[in-house]
Amino acid sequence: MNAAFRIPGAGRLSQAKTASFSFDDKSYTGIDGDTLASALLANGVHLVGRSFKYHRPRGFLSAGAEEPNALVQIVRDDARKTPNVRATVQELYDGLTARSQNRWPSLAFDVGAVNDLASPMFSAGFYYKTFMWPKSAWKNLYEPQIRSAAGLGVSPDRPDPDHYAARYAHCDVLVLGGGAAGIAAALAAAETGVRVILADEQAEFGGSLRFESGARIDGENGFAWAQAAIARLKAMDNVRVLSRTTAFGYYAQNFVGLVERVSDHLKNPGKELARERLWQVRAKRVVLATGAIERHMVFANNDRPGVMLASAARTYLNHYGVAVGRNVGVYTANDSAYAAAIDLKKAGVNIAAIVDLRDNPSGAVIDEARGLGIEINFGRAVVSAGGKLRVSSMTVQPKNGGGGRTIPVDAILMSAGWTPSVHLFSQSRGKVAFNEETRRFVPGTHAQDCVSVGACNGTDGLDATVDEAYAAGAKAAKEAGGKDSSVKAGKGAKPKVDAGESWSRGMLGAAPGAGPGTTVKAFVDFQNDVTAKDIRQAVHEGMHSIEHVKRFTTNGMATDQGKTSNMHGLAIAAEVLDKPIPQVGLTTFRAPYTPVTFGSIVGHARGALFDPTRRTATHGWASAHGAVFEDVGQWKRAWYFPKAGEDMHAAVNRECVTVRKTAGLFDASTLGKIEVVGPDAAKFMELLYTNPWEKLEPGRCRYGIMLREDGFIYDDGVVGRLAQDRFHVTTTTGGAPRVMHHMEDYLQTEFPHLNVWLTSITEQWAVIAVQGPKSREIIAPLVEGIDMSDEAMPHMSVREGKICGVPTRLFRMSFTGERGFEVNVPADYGEAVWEALWAEGQKHGATAYGTETMHVLRAEKGYIIVGQDTDGTVTPNDAALDWAVGKKKTDFVGIRGMMRADLVAKGRKQLVGLKTTDPKVVLEEGAQIVEDPKQAIPMKMIGHVTSSYWSQNCGRSIALALVAGGRDRMGQTLYVPMPNGTIEVEVTGMVFVDEKGERLNG
Amino acid sequence: MLLIRCPYCEEERPELEFRNAGEAHIARPTNIAGESDDDFEKFFFIRSNPKGVIYERWRHIHGCARFFNAVRDTVTDKFVMTYKAGEPKPAKLPGASK
Repeated sequence: MNAAFRIPGAGRLSQAKTASFSFDDKSYTGIDGDTLASALLANGVHLVGRSFKYHRPRGFLSAGAEEPNALVQIVRDDARKTPNVRATVQELYDGLTARSQNRWPSLAFDVGAVNDLASPMFSAGFYYKTFMWPKSAWKNLYEPQIRSAAGLGVSPDRPDPDHYAARYAHCDVLVLGGGAAGIAAALAAAETGVRVILADEQAEFGGSLRFESGARIDGENGFAWAQAAIARLKAMDNVRVLSRTTAFGYYAQNFVGLVERVSDHLKNPGKELARERLWQVRAKRVVLATGAIERHMVFANNDRPGVMLASAARTYLNHYGVAVGRNVGVYTANDSAYAAAIDLKKAGVNIAAIVDLRDNPSGAVIDEARGLGIEINFGRAVVSAGGKLRVSSMTVQPKNGGGGRTIPVDAILMSAGWTPSVHLFSQSRGKVAFNEETRRFVPGTHAQDCVSVGACNGTDGLDATVDEAYAAGAKAAKEAGGKDSSVKAGKGAKPKVDAGESWSRGMLGAAPGAGPGTTVKAFVDFQNDVTAKDIRQAVHEGMHSIEHVKRFTTNGMATDQGKTSNMHGLAIAAEVLDKPIPQVGLTTFRAPYTPVTFGSIVGHARGALFDPTRRTATHGWASAHGAVFEDVGQWKRAWYFPKAGEDMHAAVNRECVTVRKTAGLFDASTLGKIEVVGPDAAKFMELLYTNPWEKLEPGRCRYGIMLREDGFIYDDGVVGRLAQDRFHVTTTTGGAPRVMHHMEDYLQTEFPHLNVWLTSITEQWAVIAVQGPKSREIIAPLVEGIDMSDEAMPHMSVREGKICGVPTRLFRMSFTGERGFEVNVPADYGEAVWEALWAEGQKHGATAYGTETMHVLRAEKGYIIVGQDTDGTVTPNDAALDWAVGKKKTDFVGIRGMMRADLVAKGRKQLVGLKTTDPKVVLEEGAQIVEDPKQAIPMKMIGHVTSSYWSQNCGRSIALALVAGGRDRMGQTLYVPMPNGTIEVEVTGMVFVDEKGERLNG
Repeated sequence: MLLIRCPYCEEERPELEFRNAGEAHIARPTNIAGESDDDFEKFFFIRSNPKGVIYERWRHIHGCARFFNAVRDTVTDKFVMTYKAGEPKPAKLPGASK
């Protein structure tokens, strides 16, 4: 079945393969190769959307990526509902389902269109003026209303089921844009043998050769030449050709982001294919061949469906074989619209009239149009388009005023001229320059190793374009290291342009009838509903910088980023300001060139691949024994081990009591571990930790504190001296990488004279803490070569030997206050040794315990956790750790910072214990502490709770807190005001269990 | 993404492999414990924040792990040159007129 507006014999698509699709639940038929736009137009459908602010009916403005109006929702299934898809870019596939957006209840009757009638309320900057007061209305009225009315399209509400690929690529010459210029540049570069990537956003290469019927290159029709050249490039090993690939961002050092649409055009993409592929390309040279974008004419009701760019109508005809109307008017300020009129006329479409603003233009296309019998009106303007859901007429007047007439039409083609696409050039930080003669911004000073060729460089004419591009491609290749290609007749030779089209000039700003003093809706920016009047109003209200005009009116701020509107907006502002255009300036072009999906940016980094997961050697055992895990950075740590019927509270209480009664096993493998080795190892330790190390005997351990140069606690951990020249340093779990970085920094840059090597051994050693009165009995039967008696191996010592036949570094140390050991074994043996220890432990009634119990037990002893009980502003003295600072030392990192006046002042927050008056009440960590609960709000806060737990061993709650002058407040009553009432607490020491420390040998 | 030349690896690598480590050529005083408040302030707190050429430390943390120095233009974000830690501040920058 042939659609009504498909012209037999026109276009390049084969009618053989049809594709059925639906738009707003109505079924249509298109053909293979159509875009959604061309297929709808073939069926006579122009009305496809409603505008953002005024809900005005909208159709297709363009046939490409610059489209501001024809945004639709493409629905594949419940999860795949992509909003804001440009119908001019979306390729048709059989079964495609599209819906219009921003309308209710229907596209033809949209209640929101009342905004159009009420438009005086919605003039430029209305957001800033209308919703100012009363203040309370923001929360209850304005914000909810604006949020529900704002936005285009509806976001999908399910996780994206598609996957997205990512590639890095390097090349010598990257050519962006696959029209005549890009192809010529790629051919020249490819011949030299360098690595070339050629990318174009469209499905087929050719750029404007798609519609330029007059172009002939190497004896062929221009589009056919382009396809043959692409086939040749694809066959070359050194060339990668990417279609459907948009260069969206140009970053530093010729780093360009491309996004390739892999499967959005397929009916059944299948699961293997990614939806999109992100290319991050580093190129030695970049050739920008991004073409130019046609501008619309700014006149009243220029947004009516059926009013479109002349080049778009020509593309629909010459490529897709679709007539955009049967009786078409043309409104132009340059030559290029004539070519569209001529092509349509030849295809049998009536051209009602050409209206040309220019007074007496002349040229071949004008003669040809006249020769075809088309009515041409010079020096006249279209002052208004008639019709609502579709354009029905155009009103034509002499441009200086005077009587008009109304001509019935069903489409208006317009062309105000062409804007070079300098977006990527500008993103590369190149500076654009305004050409007064042609009144356009073209690339000026380059900031990177790139070159602009063809229309985006302001080069007019196919011949000149191909010349320039071919030379630039060859030069770029040579600069990138290609061999000289002063070739060549035959295949690699420069393409010969037999015939081409050329046009430039045109107009910027509002056309007659939409000038100063008028109130008509002559749209500058279709997507954000910005009119010529809005721009003038912004200037009148004091916005004199183009950046302010842009933000006040939102001109150019929609998803199309002002591709068609920026130059018009600028010209109107310049006219009101009475300044030359370059003095008003151009707004900054920013990435992305066209919208990029979050999916393509995220790529594989989602779900389980979002962040690495680190598991310890005993993870499998812990899972099998019912552990509940918690995330600690990237680590999964066993949190607690509930038995049947136990909740967390019950499990932790049992674990805490069992450790102090008999023993417990705990996986401490996540602690950071660094081996400090070398003749100067002790000297290095002296400089990096507050403690003295030189005299620590091999085989002994010490609790070390690391400061930053500012004197605040940075990390802590037990350090074992294995030999004169070897320390086994442990760090906090979260601190491991930064401590290593900190140590390396000092070793490499401040103390390079020290002969020391640092090695991260966190992952090499599994650590099994065995704590409790029975700990030695559990370990001893498995150990060889270590005397574990108290005399031979006192608290805070380390021995090397074997356990279960494998090497161990056996530490006697305690983070529970009980007799304790930490069994280090090579990580591969971690699970086996754990199982052996567990089997021994079972004989004594030991428990496995997790991080929660570890936290409670250490808090019962007042052992701090750096990062929980300290916050980067806590000195050793604040944390009651003065004893760990070497008094006789003359240097260590932080020694000077610690002496600063504020750090030794009275009244600093100090770490103390808190006991609630009601022992059953457990404080909230982070809760603020005050002296007088009756004072007025805001109260003076003197500290906060850092750690707080229920302690089954103490039969009450316990807490640690940082309190101003805390150690002078022992026994004082303080208060913790909470939403449900104030909690009374008593300041105590930090040790709640075994104050004398006798259990370490118990 | 910037390319940064590691003076130890002697090749340009993507910035993801590197970490900035603050201003360069600020030596830790040898007798730091005896520094006056003013001197310690200058050493520890005061940093230049130039519009233009800055000398800064970088670490090739996901590569050879070495710290080195770099000269970077804060306006263009371009690396003028890189050199090894401990080498003196370059008297003449490549491309400079004098």
